[in-house]
Amino acid sequence: MAITSIKNLKEFSTSNDRFEGAHTLCPGCAHSMIVRELMNCTDDNLVVSANTGCLEVSTAVYPFTSWDTSWIHIGFENAATSVSAAQVMHKVRKKKGTLKDNDAPVKFVAFGGDGSTFDIGFQWLSGAFERQHDFTYICLDNENYANTGGQRSSATPIGATTSTSVAGTHSYGKKEKKKDIVSIMAAHGSPYVAQLAPNKWKMMAKGFQKALETEGPCFINTVSPCCTEWKFEPKDTISITDLAVDSLMFPMYEIIDGHELNILYRPKNVLKVEDYLGAQGRYKHLFKPEYRHIIDKIQKDIDEDWARLQRREEARV
Amino acid sequence: MAVEFEVNEREVWDGNYAASQALRQADVDVVVAYPITPSTPIVENYGSYVGNGYIDGEFIMVESEHAAMSGCIGASAAGGRVATATSSQGFALMVEVLYQASGMRLPIVLNVVNRALASPLNVRGDHADMYLGRDCGWLQVSAFNAQEAYDLALCAFRIAEHHDVRLPMMVHQDGFITSHTAQNVYPLSNEAAKKFVGTIDPVDDMLDFSRPVTYGAQTEEDWHFEHKAKQHKAIMDSVPVIEEVFAEFKALTGREYKRVEAYDMEDAEVCIIGLGTTVESARVAAKEMRKEGVKAGVVAMRVFRPFPYEELREVLKNVKSIGVTDRSSPGGAMGAFYNEVSAAMMTSESRPLVTNYIYGLGGRDISIENLKTIFKEQQANADAGHITTDIQQFVNLRGPKLGFFKSKRS
Repeated sequence: MAITSIKNLKEFSTSNDRFEGAHTLCPGCAHSMIVRELMNCTDDNLVVSANTGCLEVSTAVYPFTSWDTSWIHIGFENAATSVSAAQVMHKVRKKKGTLKDNDAPVKFVAFGGDGSTFDIGFQWLSGAFERQHDFTYICLDNENYANTGGQRSSATPIGATTSTSVAGTHSYGKKEKKKDIVSIMAAHGSPYVAQLAPNKWKMMAKGFQKALETEGPCFINTVSPCCTEWKFEPKDTISITDLAVDSLMFPMYEIIDGHELNILYRPKNVLKVEDYLGAQGRYKHLFKPEYRHIIDKIQKDIDEDWARLQRREEARV
Repeated sequence: MAVEFEVNEREVWDGNYAASQALRQADVDVVVAYPITPSTPIVENYGSYVGNGYIDGEFIMVESEHAAMSGCIGASAAGGRVATATSSQGFALMVEVLYQASGMRLPIVLNVVNRALASPLNVRGDHADMYLGRDCGWLQVSAFNAQEAYDLALCAFRIAEHHDVRLPMMVHQDGFITSHTAQNVYPLSNEAAKKFVGTIDPVDDMLDFSRPVTYGAQTEEDWHFEHKAKQHKAIMDSVPVIEEVFAEFKALTGREYKRVEAYDMEDAEVCIIGLGTTVESARVAAKEMRKEGVKAGVVAMRVFRPFPYEELREVLKNVKSIGVTDRSSPGGAMGAFYNEVSAAMMTSESRPLVTNYIYGLGGRDISIENLKTIFKEQQANADAGHITTDIQQFVNLRGPKLGFFKSKRS
């Protein structure tokens, strides 16, 4: 397949641009960075689907569209199904010779937010992976239902305040740990699963290219800092992402064929998680004396998870 | 190339088998399905055609009916021919995406083997699922036996995919009574069926990258109303295409379909209106009533959406009293079918008397005697010049007689 070789940001910024700059995502939203990276890392034709969410409501408001490629949105939950069925239709029409251009290479990509991926669309995602369709699913994980005013999802970390897990005198915010979606998707036997971040743009582009090149269902969870609901300045999106990956709150790794785990980024100086938490309004209450133990718990969880990832990498199982 | 499946001039097929043979002959590109009683054999039969190489297309067995229709939408937007089948709870689970399919103007053909909606759980036939679909923006046609399930499934592809229509279409048949009853069916030859159905010429093909398309955009108060109005107009404007396809099918097979079908209606004074298998029973009852001197006739709704108001007025212009049969729980109102017929009669010159019979829920039988009673009550109404019973009555129900609403009209 034809993949644009990308050497530097300048070259990348002028590469094949099928996601238009004109959209209504919040200033500082990482979604557009991630989507542009995906759209720019291949020269192949793209059929893109999206679940309902921030990305969808901000890029296809009639009579406008930001998508200079085939694009479909049905509902909150079914982007994996619509694009995988389109992929099957492509296979049939190629065999029957009814395509406009029978030889043009095509890739199939679905985007979903964490709400649609971890929660309401999980069944559809799981079904499409079980059926081994050849497509790539990218989760834009901003850890809440940002499109509808910041409600908690099962991707929201413990301790975060959201509009439905409200921190106050009687609560430190969300009580439960984030669902481990990467392991769950790897357990489907997917040939390629990864967690990536837009601050490491080369690594992210490489991961996207690997997913597109790999036959079968591939899943990538991308951290997408949300200035509106995480409460930070729009200019700080990338520095917040730096804190997320350097504190190992979002470790970057891949899992091949459901078992071969490779850590993709090892911070030279691992930051304390409170540096990451302290930079966002959604964790502000954790710095009160009565809730400090939650910060300790988050740090402990991170340390244990990182140790487990390293053991899995060594064990190759 | 697919292995040739031999069909005889006359076959003994049930409704499910007939529908699955229509899908095979229509050379559907992608079937996305999830099985549910009583439509399961359509999906199973299709699976056996795949397993034995009788089709060139692909068959995707998904994890739910919602996913089945979601997949149909994705596949249809990708420009090929798409069909599926469902019933009852599966249909209910599909409802969210049924609206999306019609809103995106995708010509998907859905075979609905009608079954009651829980609770209480029930696998038998009634029309609750058909009625649930009536506002989804789909065309709806009703088959009363296996032959019709086959014929109308073939016609559905022609109608739905026609560029003047571009709407999804449901072909209904009654659960078990039609779907599981083997009858004589006269199929077209594979070649004739293929020629009749033709090939799909997609509009807004997602796989034509020279002209990128955006499916499923958002519209708010500025444009949503215009989109829905246009969709409604497309449904209303589908009539000439439906009639043209029915005429072509008649020329090919001799079998005639009309949007409203009338039996013994030339001189009828009273009639029963219905759809599904009950139409055939009502015709038997009407013949018996005629022997007793009642000028009885039967009107059948072939096309439920778009609803044929004008044709109904024409067929019913000389009738004095009409019994409208609804095979669905009315849930606190008159039956939905009654309301449609009443709307047509309210604006007719003759303004006949119209009463409502709720019957057959969850597969409860309706006997010839039950239907004769309806005719007798219509005759009493016609003689009296007003409605002599409750306007809405439940037929063949255990316990004391159940009825609602008195007429204020004399």
